[in-house]
Amino acid sequence: MTDRTDSAATALAALADPTRRQLFEHLRSGPRAVGELARGVTVSRPAVSQHLAVLKAAGLVRDTAAGTRRVYEIDPKGLGAIRAWLDDMWGGALQNFRADLESEDVGKKEKE
Amino acid sequence: MSRLEIRLAPINRSVVVKADVARSFAAFTDRMGRWWPRTHSIGSTPLADVIVEPRVGGRWYERSTDGAECEWGKVLAWDPPGRLILAWQLDANWKYDPALVLEVEITFTALEGGMTRVDLEHRNLERYGDKAATVRDMVGSDNGWVGILKSFVADVEAT
Repeated sequence: MTDRTDSAATALAALADPTRRQLFEHLRSGPRAVGELARGVTVSRPAVSQHLAVLKAAGLVRDTAAGTRRVYEIDPKGLGAIRAWLDDMWGGALQNFRADLESEDVGKKEKE
Repeated sequence: MSRLEIRLAPINRSVVVKADVARSFAAFTDRMGRWWPRTHSIGSTPLADVIVEPRVGGRWYERSTDGAECEWGKVLAWDPPGRLILAWQLDANWKYDPALVLEVEITFTALEGGMTRVDLEHRNLERYGDKAATVRDMVGSDNGWVGILKSFVADVEAT
């Protein structure tokens, strides 16, 4: 893995946890306060706060203060890191694919 | 879901190869292990081969030099020589997750002079955040994946 994979790997690892996936899923329909998010899952509210902190550290969500409440929403840049990583991988793979296929052509012609 | 959802733009990559459509499809599917970047594998020992079983439902997996096999996904559509859809099921840091399915669609289009344009679309990236149960339902569906061919932004000038 190259250094470029680091942020994507962090984001993917954060989403590997089922509770965090669930919290992330709730946020897909719009911003939510911590209290609302806690009602949708079986773990305790402090645990929810911890999971949200992991998601935030991975760049998947961001939070803002709304009065006394803290509201979380999906940070599109987090998944963008995963996208950039896969995009880079496929770019390299397709270049290799073409090189392999066309070098086979050269080999054939030399044999003929 | 009627409310706002986050959707990520799919990855689109294209390459033009000096080979006809049939040979391009065969090279892509039969010999993936020859051109797959060695930096991208999940086995504990180096990558020896990447295998795509040539049928719907076939496995897509890597074989390490010690003979161990690691699943990557499966074949969702097998329409040689024009189209292939693979399920990408690698999650956190290249770990196989049977509950996660992202589609990779590859189309092979004949160009003049016996050349082929290969268009690749890797989509459903937002499913990294999906609930496992939802994804499992999708995996169980026979017709869920064979979708609409999208128009690709061709990068014919790619060299």
